[in-house]
Amino acid sequence: MCGAITGGPSLEGVDVTNQAVIQGVVLREGQPVGNAYVRLLDRNGEFTAEVPTSATGQFRFFAAPGDWTLRTLAPRAEVVDSRVVAAKGAVAEVAVSI
Amino acid sequence: MSRDTTLVSADWVEEHLDDPNVVLIEVDEDVEAYDKGHIPGAIKLDWKKDLQDGVRHDFISKDRLEKLLSEKGVSNDHTIVLYGGNNNWFAAYAYWYLKYYGHQNLRLLDGGRKKWELDSRELTDEVPERPAATYRAQEPNEDIRAYRDEVVEAIGVKNLIDVRSPDEYAGRLLAPAHLPQEAAQIGGHIPTAGNVPWSKAANDDGTFKSDAELEQLYTEAGLDRDKDTIAYCRIGERSSHTWFVLSELLGYRNVKNYDGSWSEYGSLRGVPVAVGDEPGEA
Repeated sequence: MCGAITGGPSLEGVDVTNQAVIQGVVLREGQPVGNAYVRLLDRNGEFTAEVPTSATGQFRFFAAPGDWTLRTLAPRAEVVDSRVVAAKGAVAEVAVSI
Repeated sequence: MSRDTTLVSADWVEEHLDDPNVVLIEVDEDVEAYDKGHIPGAIKLDWKKDLQDGVRHDFISKDRLEKLLSEKGVSNDHTIVLYGGNNNWFAAYAYWYLKYYGHQNLRLLDGGRKKWELDSRELTDEVPERPAATYRAQEPNEDIRAYRDEVVEAIGVKNLIDVRSPDEYAGRLLAPAHLPQEAAQIGGHIPTAGNVPWSKAANDDGTFKSDAELEQLYTEAGLDRDKDTIAYCRIGERSSHTWFVLSELLGYRNVKNYDGSWSEYGSLRGVPVAVGDEPGEA
């Protein structure tokens, strides 16, 4: 890893016109974390989805427009919550540092 | 049913890694998860390729299950311990499915793959070789499976529990937010069904909450222990998780999993549908 990753996975070939995408990368001291879990909580804090990060620390959700919280769990790390707003036709990029 | 006979901890699994009577099976929806690393000695079942019929919109038949497990080296005497990603959704589905075909000694690994990973326990990419065995399945146990007609008749009569996220329940989403937006033709839920998302039964690390917490959760949600219960979600995997909690951990009577779930119900003609956050009228 050269540390050049600044956002979520490539959206090449994905039509985001009708999607509200939330994506990003999980970092520990600037390096991607490939064994983290990111869960998407709705505006009431209710679980909506969860994905493991890729080998390059990246994750992506197809959400609905609105306010969301990303909760990141990883080995030997505190739980990190990050607020994010999703909008239709837009890609919300989040970098999570653990 | 109780935790002692249905659930094992990660510590227990570590202590039984070399136990010849125990077969660890990882069941995933993400087909690459096992290949990236799995618990030493575990074999893999692909929820879709191995367990779904492929032609009919249904899981594999008794004959195909017997062939599958025989080839994988699993026999009737083995204690099968299931675990997987997605907070054990698909492992719980496999547990329910194997119980449907009468396997006796079944366990779920509490917390599944996530708990194992978060604990930094050992994972390997070595695929075990198991000699073929002879597996004989029992006749299906229809006491734990609900079909669509029974679900329609249960409206306003039985406990109907929708375990999807609130946005799916209300009809604002058709599928979990990390999966493609496909499946049912319309959004919403079965009228009179309460919404108790499966996730309320689990801690962040994927382990189940305590019996006392679980009992309180479903009591407060209005689940009547004196009534029969049908759980459903989108494709029957998350409702297997809740079926496991109600039937195997809490010992509710007559709990069925409606594995057709919303992907079937939300595409039916001639049935009532409710939208929004309220259960709706019968």
